[in-house]
Amino acid sequence: MVRLALKVLGERTITVVPAGCMSAVGFIYPQLCFSNNAIISTFPGTASMLSGIAAAVKAKGHKDVHVLGIAGDGGTADIGLQALSGAIDRGDKIIYICYDNEAYMNTGIQKSSLTPFGAKTTTTPAGENIRGTLTSKKNMFEIVAAHDIAYAATASIGYVQDFINKVYKASLVEGPSYIHVFAPCPTGWGIKTDETFEIAKEVVDSGLWYLAEYENGEFFLNKNPKEFTPVENYLRKQNRFKHLHDEDIEQIINARDSKWERMRRQWNNK
Amino acid sequence: MNRPPVTKYIKPKHIKDYPVGPSFRAGYLTSDNSGWRTVRPIIDQDLCIGCQQCYLCCPEGVIYPKEGKVDIDYDFCKGCGICGKICNHKAIQFIKENK
Repeated sequence: MVRLALKVLGERTITVVPAGCMSAVGFIYPQLCFSNNAIISTFPGTASMLSGIAAAVKAKGHKDVHVLGIAGDGGTADIGLQALSGAIDRGDKIIYICYDNEAYMNTGIQKSSLTPFGAKTTTTPAGENIRGTLTSKKNMFEIVAAHDIAYAATASIGYVQDFINKVYKASLVEGPSYIHVFAPCPTGWGIKTDETFEIAKEVVDSGLWYLAEYENGEFFLNKNPKEFTPVENYLRKQNRFKHLHDEDIEQIINARDSKWERMRRQWNNK
Repeated sequence: MNRPPVTKYIKPKHIKDYPVGPSFRAGYLTSDNSGWRTVRPIIDQDLCIGCQQCYLCCPEGVIYPKEGKVDIDYDFCKGCGICGKICNHKAIQFIKENK
């Protein structure tokens, strides 16, 4: 995901990464997995560091430099939300990519506000009375779009070309852009490493995630499946959902249907 | 393959050899990294049609285009198996790693 984004944006990109797996495995002194300039930010400060770098790039008069932030779901929707909101409000020319693996995976699978209903994490364990996470996934894409951002999109690593197109689109925007990428975590979800692509594709096909864009004040649905693939197939493949009863899955399906009903009614197809 | 070569890291001897601040130049590799690979992907060059889907999807960036087809950099491949699942022509098979 990171590799593809940087392939699109090119070498003249300055990358900011907060605490997370990306910085834990990517920055092992003296080695660096990036071949462009990259810097680790504080956990809540990805977007504010992006703002600072964007200001420096502007002051230096560079026209061909992209400023890219890559943060996880916790660093975006919980800890970094205030800084992100500020950066979007200031209208800085930054690209912010949130890779959403639906929990704080790097620190040992704690629940974040993007953990979906029913998922088992170490802070929301599944027992007889409470079956995993009780809250539902925060609607980060629409929260960002509500700032009237220049460009926002959702993507999934299961749809590679769609993701590449969206990063390219974000690179052309004069102003802030945000891409929310669905990215499975084998360790945290209890899946095999070679299943990540299938899972990331299936989540879109089953309607539990969606591919959409926001630009010029309007929402667009990129993929509007006529029929969803069964939610059970997607959930049962993952250890974190193994404990769910049929009525929990019923609840997940109902939430999906009401969300899609609203999206289909209000958003444009594209 | 245009990854930087693996070069030995010379340990600083004196305090003034250390960089100012916790930074270092990008693209400096000191060791290869494939120690935990348990299965090794093998590309069947006869079945490969050069669609480069595996090159796009490899999360490690170790698959690279070569003469219209693809090849694998085994110094950094972790054996995750994604390329084998992605390949529509079953041109990538996995064998057990024994090292």
